[in-house]
Amino acid sequence: MAHKLKIASTSLAGCFGCHMSLLDCDEKIIELLQQVELSRSPLCDIKQVADCDIGIIEGAVANSENVEVIRQFRAQCKTLVVLGACALNGGIPALRNQYSLAECLQESYIDGMGLENQLIPQDEDLPEILDQVYPVQQLVKVDYALPGCPPRADMIWQCLSALVAGQQPELSSELIRYD
Amino acid sequence: MSPEQAQTIFEDTRQRFAGAADDTRLLQYLVDIQHRYHFIPPPAIEALQQILHLTRAQIESVIDFYSFLHSDQAIRYRILFSNNITDRWAGSAAMMQRLTVALHGCEDAGIALTACSGLCDQGPSMLINGRAIGRLTPSRIDDIAALILSGVELEDWPESLFMIDNVIQRSDRQLALSCQPAAALRRAIELGPDLILQTLNESGLRGRGGAGFATATKWSLCRQASADQRFIVCNADEGEPGTFKDRLLLAQYADSVIEGMTIAALTVSARRGFIYLRGEYRFLLEPLQADLQRRREQGLLGSAILGQAGFDFDIEIHLGAGAYICGEESALIESLEGKRGIPRIRPPFPVTHGYLGQPTIVNNVETLFSVERILQKGAKWFSEIGTEQSRSSRLISISGDCEEPGVYEYPFGVSLRQIVQDCGGSDAQAVQMAGAAGTTVLARDFDRCLSFEDLATGGSFMVIGKQRSLLDMLQNFAWFFRHESCGFCTPCRIGNHLLPELLQRFAEAQATGHDLRQLKDIAETMHRSSFCGLGSSAPTALSDALEQSPEIFTAGMASSSDNPAFDLSAATREYRTITETESW
Amino acid sequence: MASFSIDQQPIEFEPGQTILQAAMAAGVYIPHLCFHPQFSAHGSCRVCMVRIDGRTASACTAPAAAGLEVENLSDDLQALRRDILQMLFVEGNHLCPSCEQSGACHLQSVAEFCELLMADLPFQYPRRMVDASHPDWVLDFTRCIHCELCVKASREVDGKSVFSLTGRGFDTRLVINAPDGLLVNSEFASTDRAASVCPVGVFLPKHQGFKTPIGQRKYDRHSIEQITEE
Repeated sequence: MAHKLKIASTSLAGCFGCHMSLLDCDEKIIELLQQVELSRSPLCDIKQVADCDIGIIEGAVANSENVEVIRQFRAQCKTLVVLGACALNGGIPALRNQYSLAECLQESYIDGMGLENQLIPQDEDLPEILDQVYPVQQLVKVDYALPGCPPRADMIWQCLSALVAGQQPELSSELIRYD
Repeated sequence: MSPEQAQTIFEDTRQRFAGAADDTRLLQYLVDIQHRYHFIPPPAIEALQQILHLTRAQIESVIDFYSFLHSDQAIRYRILFSNNITDRWAGSAAMMQRLTVALHGCEDAGIALTACSGLCDQGPSMLINGRAIGRLTPSRIDDIAALILSGVELEDWPESLFMIDNVIQRSDRQLALSCQPAAALRRAIELGPDLILQTLNESGLRGRGGAGFATATKWSLCRQASADQRFIVCNADEGEPGTFKDRLLLAQYADSVIEGMTIAALTVSARRGFIYLRGEYRFLLEPLQADLQRRREQGLLGSAILGQAGFDFDIEIHLGAGAYICGEESALIESLEGKRGIPRIRPPFPVTHGYLGQPTIVNNVETLFSVERILQKGAKWFSEIGTEQSRSSRLISISGDCEEPGVYEYPFGVSLRQIVQDCGGSDAQAVQMAGAAGTTVLARDFDRCLSFEDLATGGSFMVIGKQRSLLDMLQNFAWFFRHESCGFCTPCRIGNHLLPELLQRFAEAQATGHDLRQLKDIAETMHRSSFCGLGSSAPTALSDALEQSPEIFTAGMASSSDNPAFDLSAATREYRTITETESW
Repeated sequence: MASFSIDQQPIEFEPGQTILQAAMAAGVYIPHLCFHPQFSAHGSCRVCMVRIDGRTASACTAPAAAGLEVENLSDDLQALRRDILQMLFVEGNHLCPSCEQSGACHLQSVAEFCELLMADLPFQYPRRMVDASHPDWVLDFTRCIHCELCVKASREVDGKSVFSLTGRGFDTRLVINAPDGLLVNSEFASTDRAASVCPVGVFLPKHQGFKTPIGQRKYDRHSIEQITEE
């Protein structure tokens, strides 16, 4: 068998719903896994992305760790596939962009109901929170964008199976839905 | 504001405008109120609602559209520094800084920027409550600061501060010809409409506003359109950055311009005309009104002009209030009707459906001036110079890096090299033609010539010295269009909003290949799909630079990467500030 | 009857019709957003750009004329539409999964039809107060695309002039005619045409949440090119 393609995937500020949709490819996922090797992914326990053929990202960019991860993925992956509304326009996390970061932190850690020992977390081991939530394409080049909340499993399959086969993905237009 | 004050303002507003209340005059009422109270107070809005039967939102939306109208609070001295690139090159930023420091803590004064105020030949310049002051120097700034701090009424400021020079650096046959009131008009009466049109047609006169539409054709279309009434509008909203030749014509050749309008009225049987005067030229209002009044007394305006029964025509002056878009003829007409200056769907064109839906001729100041010249001296005299498609001469306003700024009259066909040499711009790297929306001609192309066939202009000719940064100029133009887009259509509203930030990345040498591509894409989308000429021409200088001066962009790029520039430390600054000030 | 062509297909038209009106009457879909057949053309969104005898123009404002050759769904024009649509998506807060208009949103559906996969421009995320003053409606102004359909509907159908656009440039925004600018103190009524004509999600009824299940919403049932505006 020919060289196996290496795939990495992760979620930034997201809910892993796009990964769930990937799993909705059902038995086809087995077919896919036979042809690829996994790097960093919630499906295995590799923590750092290494040189990859395909990187898959879901979720928006909301803190400095997200920035580091997305930049690593971009640097390490030949092709970057970006899944879902959060990654592509901020999605649900971007609802906080309606407020200043100070307002968000104040409500979450100081004024919110039922809080004790109110303080805004700050520690060198904690990522710094960005002034607003950013979509992925405002930081790195995106090769393939699959919108949706989540993207339809069939669309993810169309994209990944084509890439694995070394072809240019062609997405069926009826699968393009933003929610 | 006390209830008594509010009541006084309400009554005062009602009394002054209720007599002949007319909602097409809304903008004029607002300009008047702004002038009187240094803002538009809520009780004045209520009075206008009552008189004009408009909703509060309708009135406020007009106030919000024009940058010289304010409904927030009264500021006794509203100072606007002209932010045209020539003003900046002349040192406007330092002047603004000096005044800001001098007036620190003074609540009577507000300082902001405005688009080109039309004094580029004597910049840096400012407007204070709509009055223009040019040739700013540190000592003049100090004088101004002292007057404000001691609370002297603007009316009592020394006249020397407000002196505006109208410098003609080069005359050709049109400017050299003196104005003999009524000579052209008498000739026009002799000829009658058909022969007037024939004369204009033979003269080859094309509109001087920029687009170059044949004047005779425009007038014929208006004359042919069936209508109850027709209107003549003089477009004196000279907003193209770097242009000021209309200012000179209105100051020194007003009789010719008014006579041109009267001839137009005779030709199409119009009874009413308007001069739409940009708010920046408010200082010309009284002199123009005096000119109109004198002509009425001379029987050159009003009823039975020059004794011709049925030849009735009069002119009103409408003031603009700081909106470049109103130079676009259909937006100008909306503004004349008292509304926000949003361009109309075309077709139909103003020439058949203009002011109040009636056929309307909208001509540039210079076009009307040329009409008077042509009727005075004949089509042959006018057309014997120039090029095949661009007959005769035209006025250009020269400013920027040259020794002799001012108004120049040149026959069409003159090369840029000649012009640049004449005005003492020996160190020019380029010339910006036709204002911020125009094309940038590099020195290597100075053999190109001034004409509709090659390089058209609405009158602006800004000389760019070798020491200047073209990127800085593009940023200035981007600021201008963000400020002046009317916001009606998607590509112009959003494209013009996005471009300044993208250009800033290049200015900070942080841009990437992605950002460069995005500049091109946005410019292309605006160019292809904008609703009117403002949006489609706004990115012209940017597109020119991308094509002919790519090095200014490469110099601003940190990498050719396909990833956009993203400044992580800027994005986390707010968090660090919050957590650092956190006491725990 | 005189005719012109759209993508080589002959289209008959009545004198006075625009290209878009004639196309709609003939059942040919030209993507559009700010146009609604009940109201006069607006021309602001620029989504209906077509190429007429080689010149690019908006179909909603261009008069139909015999013999015109109109290009509509070519790759080039669809790409131009995506460029225009992505501007709208970065201008406002169009976060579909959190919007109750999703599935019945004209903007969303047109963008899906035009195969816009992502908006690759800097997102602006405008901050504007929602108006939740009315007992039955909430207005989210950050989604407004300035089509003025509610302005026209309120003025021409409802006879009220509740809405106006104010400001200039990127600061253009929808305002309500009430002494305090709040919907509850305006003449607005739930039955107003202005409330139902919005092509995006500015007007949201209260007391219901994501009422129509996914799969049964307006554009789930039919794709946009099969639906005539209601």
